[in-house]
Amino acid sequence: MSDKILEIEHLTVSFGGFRALNDLNFTLNQGELRVIIGPNGAGKTTFLDIITGKTKPTAGTVKFKGKNLRPYAEHQIARMGVGRKFQTPRVYLNLTPRQNLALACNRNKNVFPTLLQKPPTPERRTVASLLETIGLSPKADLPANLLSHGEKQWLEIGMLVAQSPDLLLVDEPVAGLTDEETERTGELLVALSESHSIIVIEHDMEFVRQIATDQVTVLHQGSVLCEGAFESVQSDPRVIEVYLGQEETEHAA
Amino acid sequence: MAANLALGGQTAETKRRSLLLEAGIVIAIALFLIVILPLLLSDFRLNLMGRFLALAIVALGIDLIWGFTGLLSLGHGVFFTLGGYALAMHLKLQIPADASSQLPEFMSLYGVTELPWFWQPFYSFPFTAVAVLMIPALLAGFLGYVIFRNRIRGVYFSILTQAATIIFFNFFNGQQKLFNGTNGLTDFQTLFGAKVNSPGTQYVYYVLTIIFLVAAYALCRWITSGRFGHLLVAIRDDESRTRFTGYNPTGFKVLVFAISGALAGLAGAMFTLQTGIISPNSMNIAFSIEMVIWVAVGGRATLVGAILGALTVNFAKSTLSEKFPDIWLFFQGGLFLVVVLFLPSGIIGWLRTEGRNLWRSVRGRNQVATYPSLEEDAEVEYERQNIGD
Repeated sequence: MSDKILEIEHLTVSFGGFRALNDLNFTLNQGELRVIIGPNGAGKTTFLDIITGKTKPTAGTVKFKGKNLRPYAEHQIARMGVGRKFQTPRVYLNLTPRQNLALACNRNKNVFPTLLQKPPTPERRTVASLLETIGLSPKADLPANLLSHGEKQWLEIGMLVAQSPDLLLVDEPVAGLTDEETERTGELLVALSESHSIIVIEHDMEFVRQIATDQVTVLHQGSVLCEGAFESVQSDPRVIEVYLGQEETEHAA
Repeated sequence: MAANLALGGQTAETKRRSLLLEAGIVIAIALFLIVILPLLLSDFRLNLMGRFLALAIVALGIDLIWGFTGLLSLGHGVFFTLGGYALAMHLKLQIPADASSQLPEFMSLYGVTELPWFWQPFYSFPFTAVAVLMIPALLAGFLGYVIFRNRIRGVYFSILTQAATIIFFNFFNGQQKLFNGTNGLTDFQTLFGAKVNSPGTQYVYYVLTIIFLVAAYALCRWITSGRFGHLLVAIRDDESRTRFTGYNPTGFKVLVFAISGALAGLAGAMFTLQTGIISPNSMNIAFSIEMVIWVAVGGRATLVGAILGALTVNFAKSTLSEKFPDIWLFFQGGLFLVVVLFLPSGIIGWLRTEGRNLWRSVRGRNQVATYPSLEEDAEVEYERQNIGD
């Protein structure tokens, strides 16, 4: 098997003539933590939709562990080892954190095993230790709608880990978090990157600086504008023009 | 013990105890209905009770698919009626050996000379018993598969189920030779040699209905607790999220819809036995909507609520329509409005939230709501106990 976990070639997605992604090429190494930045409308969320199978490419291929993902539905791709965290936390609000995690942790997600088999002890142990990790043990049996925004974000990251995916797609994990929570989330992601490949989509530059140990990719108008270490990307004149510069003018205004 | 607590949230011991308690309550109520109630009620009222208990079974089915899984079916009348017809066909074939015609009487009336082929297997009671459950379940499973696989949800699902009721209603209404058309199947004589209409037999049907209702309740309890039940709630609340976690919701929804259909079929069969008639009338849309109202009144996603709602609304209906035949429909509409506006989670839902708080404040035990982290905090707990007010 190649050491590339994700290979994307000449990917184009158009919605009624509008090209959300335009001839995009992208590869991710096994075990890499990649941050993707880009201004609004650069196609970041569409990019995740493609990898998870929510949207099918108009042209081009997406290969996960060497397998073309086109024929697979969302749940099949998820079972192959792709986990996704959404921008606004999407946890099941009427279930408790423990139940949320148990659903994600379930090893056989077909109908009858889910109905007939009791969750085995190792799974319940995993859930308990995850609750510990994300700091929700005291609230494990409260409905998730009583959790704060930050706790929900963490619960969703916990659900992602419970799924034990090989590739984690994380969409703006620190939106709406306090500085302290942001930092802890960053530490958690860096810790996770030791055993997972991760793609993080983020706006918050401070946060990107914290977690961008490997490469950073800049998306612009549906294509990759440039790639490299955070410092070199930050000083790239094209990037400053389309993204950072734009922010500076905003600040000036 | 402590390790257990960390894993399950609730020790196996307390879980077992509360389950036993629940089973005890259910059995006590069932025994009350079987032994005591017949002494208190006239045969007529007891028969009504039996019918409504049969309707409670279909309410449980609706609660599974709507309350827990979030799919509003407005077509359960079809499954109910199919179950009723399946049993009624068996009843219509109980023809004495010395009778002049070996066909159900309506067939001779319409000039049918030979029993249609699909009536043949209904001579067998085991086949009929299976058909009562399986015909509605297979139909629901098929409809569900086609609908859910194409990711049709929400109001479109409801509209499709309504369309199904219209199709089946018109089909059964139009088939005089096969099903006696709009008159339906009635005038049942015997079942297992016992006269269907005698009070003794009717009491047996009443007891059977209660047993089936208890079984249906136990089945629904089992389905909705545990991971499977949690997944149903997850599908209801955020279906696409379950896909990204690796679940394919289609299979789950098909299975639940099929079980729900089977419960409706069982209800239809028990209802038919106690009313003595099944006709396409129970496939009209109003009846299917009424079923949904029972569940809404009792409380969605609370199984007890579904049963309670079916009984309450139907008793209100029979009492009010006896005394004031004109106002029942107004009352039903008003009831629905009250539930939607003031009790969105139904009677049981209200009792579990606001009702409980009201009860507490009536008894002078106002509970102060605090953050759970405070409740868990050992220091706060210590202060509470050792430092007086």
